[in-house]
Amino acid sequence: MKKTALHRTHLNTSGKMVDFHGWEMPLHYGSQLKEHELVRSSYGMFDISHMTIIDVLGVDSREYLRLLLANDINKLEKNFDALLSVFLNQTGGVIDDLLVYRMEDGYRLVVNCATRETVLSWMRSHLNNLKVSLRERKDLSMLAFQGPKTFKILTEILPLDLIDKVRALSPFQGVYFDQRLITTTGYTGERGVEIITTHEDAEYLWKKALLAGVSPIGLGARDTLRLEAGMNLYGFEMDETISPLESNMAWTVCLNDEERDFIGKDSYLSRSKDNFHVLKGLVFEDKCIVRSNQEIFFEGNSLIKGVVTSGTYSPTLKKSIALARIPISNLKKCLTNVRGKEIKALIGSPKFVKEGTIIFKKG
Amino acid sequence: MSDIPKNCKFLSSHEWVKLEDDGTATVGISDHAQDQLGDIVFIELPEIGAELNQGDEAALVESVKAASEIYSPLSGKVIKVNSLIEDSPEIINTSPYDEGWFFKIGISDDSETENLLSSDQYAEICED
Repeated sequence: MKKTALHRTHLNTSGKMVDFHGWEMPLHYGSQLKEHELVRSSYGMFDISHMTIIDVLGVDSREYLRLLLANDINKLEKNFDALLSVFLNQTGGVIDDLLVYRMEDGYRLVVNCATRETVLSWMRSHLNNLKVSLRERKDLSMLAFQGPKTFKILTEILPLDLIDKVRALSPFQGVYFDQRLITTTGYTGERGVEIITTHEDAEYLWKKALLAGVSPIGLGARDTLRLEAGMNLYGFEMDETISPLESNMAWTVCLNDEERDFIGKDSYLSRSKDNFHVLKGLVFEDKCIVRSNQEIFFEGNSLIKGVVTSGTYSPTLKKSIALARIPISNLKKCLTNVRGKEIKALIGSPKFVKEGTIIFKKG
Repeated sequence: MSDIPKNCKFLSSHEWVKLEDDGTATVGISDHAQDQLGDIVFIELPEIGAELNQGDEAALVESVKAASEIYSPLSGKVIKVNSLIEDSPEIINTSPYDEGWFFKIGISDDSETENLLSSDQYAEICED
């Protein structure tokens, strides 16, 4: 199995290691719930070096990415700005969701580890005659520091002049210094940064942070944090058959420049005319987790059905929550069946928590 | 290595049972089981007065990872349930053999205790 540069450190801090798409990664370091609460109340750090980092270099890299990405990288005004986007296939389904950073000499992409091979071969197949080179950065690690008090604790880890620059950033911006790309992005719904740097430096920062009292957070809490924040996980909320329209990702598809063609645009536009499924948030009253692939029903209407894409226990709401793809309607409640029992849920926004506050809205 | 007390008997499905002198038995899940499940978030306990047969589904634990049925190690009537774990299921993670017990039954058939695993036998199962 593949291991990150921090693997030994995870073992030393009692990381419970699991196979995550071929990577041996920490699920938790004792208690997933405690780790979740730490990130909501103060801070925590994640080793996310399993993510695939790809640099897109060359004079045509902008033209190339304007064709490949559904979002428009022309929105990246300054170096080290970040943008969330999707790659669409010819039928308008999602090949992957990714972060794109504008770099001094091109662009840096962070794609999912589960989709690595698919994305790399798809990207290569569209190089054509463009002057673009793709370089996978296996020499880099990626860390995330997340939580409301992140910037306070970062002062004990990063040089102060760098901290000042990071503090001055708006969300989805970044700085680059001494091989460290530090951006105000994350996957938790809290303030914080993500840092892409060399393996050696990642180990240095991680150990320094451990000494400063920052708890490592495993993939278990990463999943419950992102779900509360209403952030999608590839393979659950979206896949190659699902349109961004049906997965609350339409905001990452940019149609502003009518002249711009991008792969999957025609299918996206035609699917937008007859789309009738949306991603919604569900909150259950019963003490029962409703997990992915569970069918959703509606009282008095046996013709329409939905499906849970991700479900978990929300440590912030102290209730069972889920994201579900359901038909567009005014219905406020839905039902499902777990172990022979009927479970009721309220339908609402596909976002539950932001910066420690419950923001779920019914309807 | 998980904790396996000598004064308990076990099922291969990871329930423990402590036989008391007054003919009752206390039931819970092992340290190994709570570790495998991860953080426990929901619990369903049997009704007081319910008649259980050995091997019947008696309770349900749900963790962040999975839901898992809890079987009754012995036949008998449920005489007490631990309502503390309904409100604070995390107690099962921190104290699986003491505060995290599930229910007590009045044993109806003593001979069934012969079907239970000793702590040594259970330790072997956990190593597999």
